[in-house]
Amino acid sequence: MHVPDGVVDAPTSLAAGVAAVGAVALSLRAARAEALEARAPLTGLVAAFVFAAQMLNFPVASGTSGHLLGGLLAAVLVGPWLGSLAVTTVLVVQALLFADGGISALGVNVLNMAIVPAVLGYGLFWVARRLLPGTRRGLLAATALAAFASVVLASVAFTLEYAVGGNHAAPIGTVLTAMVGVHVLIGLGEAAITALTVGAVLSARPDLVHGAGELRRRASGHEAVAA
Amino acid sequence: MSRRTLVFVLCGLLVAVGLAFGVSRFASSQPDGLEKVVTDQALDAGAAPHALADGPLADYSTKGIGDPGTSTGVAGVVGVAVVFTMCGGLVWARRRVGRRRFAAVAEAEA
Repeated sequence: MHVPDGVVDAPTSLAAGVAAVGAVALSLRAARAEALEARAPLTGLVAAFVFAAQMLNFPVASGTSGHLLGGLLAAVLVGPWLGSLAVTTVLVVQALLFADGGISALGVNVLNMAIVPAVLGYGLFWVARRLLPGTRRGLLAATALAAFASVVLASVAFTLEYAVGGNHAAPIGTVLTAMVGVHVLIGLGEAAITALTVGAVLSARPDLVHGAGELRRRASGHEAVAA
Repeated sequence: MSRRTLVFVLCGLLVAVGLAFGVSRFASSQPDGLEKVVTDQALDAGAAPHALADGPLADYSTKGIGDPGTSTGVAGVVGVAVVFTMCGGLVWARRRVGRRRFAAVAEAEA
């Protein structure tokens, strides 16, 4: 889902870059509450895991693959602000070290893959958490739903950016249909991987799942106190 | 950080390294959803190749390693290490700055 250089024009890329820098600065500010819980190694781990998982493209349709975006996963594990910082780090390293995602498109990619899934996606997760039962199963269902939606939202975000700064080679409706169509399938993979991962962490250390809320409080919660 | 959390982080890193080194070679090499749409609909007509396409780890392969699986695996492990250090370092630094400011505010109020 990394946008290469030359798909979105310079002014739009620049605007997206400014918006991305603003969003990252805001995340750094807002992360204060989250960071106070001594979350540096955990956030690093989440970023490292998302990087590794993004390498694992899975087939979705003939001639097409998808990979985890990981923004919602990161947000559920360490909170939306640290989560968006984690994915932003991944995207910067991918663009500079692995030539994955254009350098001029970095702002666009940070918006689509870090901010939209981690912040907007977490908002959806928050709502789903309140509509679903406050059990482990309810939490995982909310995680899966929000993970799915975060990928579809990211594909819509790209379409909007293309509508503003694209080359007009294809009608926007066609781009939107194609993007959402394939990302509905990728979103199913995102939902499965995200729910599996959150489930695994929940089994090992429920107190380390930021989005667990009452589940966390019901568990012993030693780390939250000890940290 | 408690000992239990340290163990958790180390185990998690081991999983990430395992995925990056061992599993990445089995990943699909088909274009991802966005790449496919961009190519099919010519959304990138006239785009130049990536500015850093000649880098030592470009496209997740390590220059100088012939075996494609190992080449990708090594690139992945380097990426895991760099991402962990950068992100962990960023949050760690943010925490220190936050603390210093907190201390300054507390001092000013006292």
